Amino acid sequence: MNPTSSSQPNDRHAVKFNDAKIIIGLEVHVQLDTDSKLFCGCSTRFGEDANSQTCVVCTGMPGSLPVINQRALELSIRAGLSLNCQIARSTKWDRKNYFYPDLPKGYQISQFDQPICGPGHLEIDASESPSKSRRIRIERAHLEEDAGKSIHDESSRRQDSKIDLNRTGTPLLEIVTHPDIRTAAEAKAFLSELKLILNYIDVSDCNMQQGNLRCDANINLHIPLGEEQIATPIVEIKNLNSFRAVERSITYEAQRQFEVWQEHGLTIADAPKQTRGWNDPTQTTTLSREKEDSADYRYFPDPDLIAVKIEESKIQQIQSQLVQLPSELRKSLVEQYNLKPEDAAVIVSQGRGVVDYFLEVADGCQDSRIANNWIGQEVLRQLNESNQTIQQYPVSPQQFTELLKLVIAGTLDQTRGKEVLNEMVEHSISSQQAIQQLGIKPVDNNELVTLCEKLIDENQEVVEQIQAGNQKAIGMLIGKARKINPNANPGLIKAMLSEMISS
Amino acid sequence: MTLSALDADVIVDQLNAGELTATDCVQHFLNRIESHNPDLNAFISVSQSALEQAESIDQRRKAGQTLGCLAGLPIAIKDGICVAGQPTTAGSRMLENFTPPYDATIVQRLKSADAIIIGKTNMDEFAMGSSTENSFFGPTNNPWATDRVPGGSSGGSAACIAGRLAPVAIGSDTGGSIRQPASFCGITGLKPTYGRVSRYGLIAFASSLDQIGPMTRTAKESALLMSVIAGFDPRDSTSSKEQVSDFLTTLETPLKGIRIGVCRDHFDEGLDLEVKTKINDAISVFKQLGADIKEIELPHTQSAVAAYYVIAPCEASSNLARYDGVRYTFRAQGEDLEEMYRNTRGQGFGDEVKQRIMLGTYALSSGYYEAYYLKASKVRRMIKQDYEEAFQNVDLILGPTTPTPAFKLGQHTQDPLAMYLADIYTVSANLAGIPAISIPVSPSSTGLPIGLQLQGRAFEENTLLRAAHQFQNTTLWHTTSPSEPWRTQT
Repeated sequence: MNPTSSSQPNDRHAVKFNDAKIIIGLEVHVQLDTDSKLFCGCSTRFGEDANSQTCVVCTGMPGSLPVINQRALELSIRAGLSLNCQIARSTKWDRKNYFYPDLPKGYQISQFDQPICGPGHLEIDASESPSKSRRIRIERAHLEEDAGKSIHDESSRRQDSKIDLNRTGTPLLEIVTHPDIRTAAEAKAFLSELKLILNYIDVSDCNMQQGNLRCDANINLHIPLGEEQIATPIVEIKNLNSFRAVERSITYEAQRQFEVWQEHGLTIADAPKQTRGWNDPTQTTTLSREKEDSADYRYFPDPDLIAVKIEESKIQQIQSQLVQLPSELRKSLVEQYNLKPEDAAVIVSQGRGVVDYFLEVADGCQDSRIANNWIGQEVLRQLNESNQTIQQYPVSPQQFTELLKLVIAGTLDQTRGKEVLNEMVEHSISSQQAIQQLGIKPVDNNELVTLCEKLIDENQEVVEQIQAGNQKAIGMLIGKARKINPNANPGLIKAMLSEMISS
Repeated sequence: MTLSALDADVIVDQLNAGELTATDCVQHFLNRIESHNPDLNAFISVSQSALEQAESIDQRRKAGQTLGCLAGLPIAIKDGICVAGQPTTAGSRMLENFTPPYDATIVQRLKSADAIIIGKTNMDEFAMGSSTENSFFGPTNNPWATDRVPGGSSGGSAACIAGRLAPVAIGSDTGGSIRQPASFCGITGLKPTYGRVSRYGLIAFASSLDQIGPMTRTAKESALLMSVIAGFDPRDSTSSKEQVSDFLTTLETPLKGIRIGVCRDHFDEGLDLEVKTKINDAISVFKQLGADIKEIELPHTQSAVAAYYVIAPCEASSNLARYDGVRYTFRAQGEDLEEMYRNTRGQGFGDEVKQRIMLGTYALSSGYYEAYYLKASKVRRMIKQDYEEAFQNVDLILGPTTPTPAFKLGQHTQDPLAMYLADIYTVSANLAGIPAISIPVSPSSTGLPIGLQLQGRAFEENTLLRAAHQFQNTTLWHTTSPSEPWRTQT
């Protein structure tokens, strides 16, 4: 191939990688949370015995016909509205023809020129940008059926290939962005926010381990060279199935394209789009094996299905049932609950369940900061350690509110409060029961005086240190006091000791 | 009168009256199949359980149980329609050993009406053909002249009715595949409105054109079958929710004042002179019945065959992609996946099917799509508009079903264009989605059947059946049967 660019190697080597702009567009396949498949009644459950979730329709039996799953249409509209997309008033189905053993009909039912969701956009966090956020435009989102799974048994001498059609026909929404993404971190931020939104609106669990969210990334570089702006050939990295893979593959690919350009000077006009795959063990992208002739999918309207008319009233009905989106919740946590933006982000990123839990506790105890401190740290840590969801958490929001009220009132100090919480979690009991089990009771003033006097008597060296100005030493006395009587309030002890020592 | 000469509605009456048992009835037709199928090759397979089902129906009747409206009536089904547990080949080597695990919707409906499926009839491979010579299982012979074709693709169903190997049959029609063989075999064949009868379980040839319909001796029998098989099916997205007419009760409504259109272009070039004469004779019969004959124009129908032979192969090229050797089909061995595909499809499909797959693949390819598929779709819309305009002034459109009577076996096999022109009068109804019926008129001087086609407005099958029925009330052509033993006719 002869580079059409007239650039000289020396000029190219003078350019720095950081001068290049990375142009990234994503295609995200999301599996919709329907009970049944897109065109038949088979279950979409994951992990069942191979080929147990199939019927004459999804195995492409001669004579069988597809019937659209209305639920999938609704979920797509819901997703589209949440991504600010225009919803098509008429959408149709097209056949994408290609041969593959796990594609039973020899074509995939997809949407070619009339996708259910038209242009939209998504705002993502971008701390380096002056507005702190960036708008990524969405080109379209269309519905299509998934293919099956080929399992190649390399161990057998005959190199058997097996096909599992359980996944065949599960509904996918393919969301395509404009090439508006500029860094690997932005790509990750886009995917995180997309995943969060789809979770909130119950459109998809986006479980990446189960392949319910898969991503292809299109990348090239725009490199300034003198007066010119050089575009490198576009590369599509296929089937990225973790955020880490997205981030790392983009970082790697940008660097690779830059180096290849420096060496050969090839531009977008010199080379066709290339498909590469992410090789996780080597952390590199590698050229995918491609057929000699480029694929011609021979799209044409599927004559077995009729165009779907979507009434305005239907769109409005779905719009009216939309729950608050993560961005709206973050805003309300900051503005109405006085949380720091980063704290609000942590709570919201945990999903709607944690947000609801927080709201109930914050409203109940009337102190959103305390609620955030306890939920953002203790609860999330406990959930993480026990690998539980908030729905499985043994302490109800009401019980948690009762506990925080005691802490706010000073009846329990932070340390004792956490002990009580641990007891509540461990035994699934109320705060009152936990307090009883831990033997927590108020200590009367005379008892405290006696305790403090005893400590001063027995720890003269420490007292001298304090008197010499080492205020920190008082902590040692407080610790000893708590060993003798765990119910002693450290604040009160501290005040009392200070007074006694200084007088 | 022997059972063979009885109309299906009379057979049903006799069964209901206890004058005839289902067992005797089924046995009679099984005997006829046994003695005559070797000559006609109308059936690809015969049901092993038909007698058993007949006995069960007799017992249920004896026990006083309520039975379906076709209880005990034997019926033959084209082999492109799935019957659970019975081989269904679509006339192809590719499906030689395919036994569907499910019933087509119309089969389910016929079974619910207690009809007895007696066998699966021969057809052109995947319904692609006009002579039944493209069947992997050998050609079917026309009972009127065994050296002639029965027409196609539903040639087996047509021949088995003409030869009385079954009282009634089911066919499918993509470009004339019910009407053209009905015409060649001297029987009645109805292609319903697109969407009137569920396609679920019909092995697809061209999905936007395919339609299942009855093939019978009389229009009344067709009406009887339509009352069972027509109607919305939630499993076929293209089936219509339009209310189903009462096909039987309107049969006798007089034709006086009915406006019948005749398109004189369809009587010109290419039409056999004798066919022309006989159709004109039939027009006189309709006049006597009180019909008002009007001349109409269908300017775009001259492009119908061209449009059809783009659209149908395009859809077929995609519909037949599933026969890849991976799942239920014939599989040829190969060194790798690609070679397995090539060998399977190379050996599993016959020449005509391969030719149409190649045509369709080409026409859908990028760079050609607009010039072929899109353009043909535009022509299709114009043909539809022609009909809509015509039907503002007439109730029915009358003409010949085919340009000639049945041709000889092998006559057109080397000349696909001549074969394709056998569909010249029938494809337009499929492109426009309207219903059409073929009924026998006075035969040729050499005794070959000639068919007349009536086309009607969408969902007005009852008008077609009514006109056909009253024509048959005044003529006897539909009651004549080929003489036995079958003779060749030179």
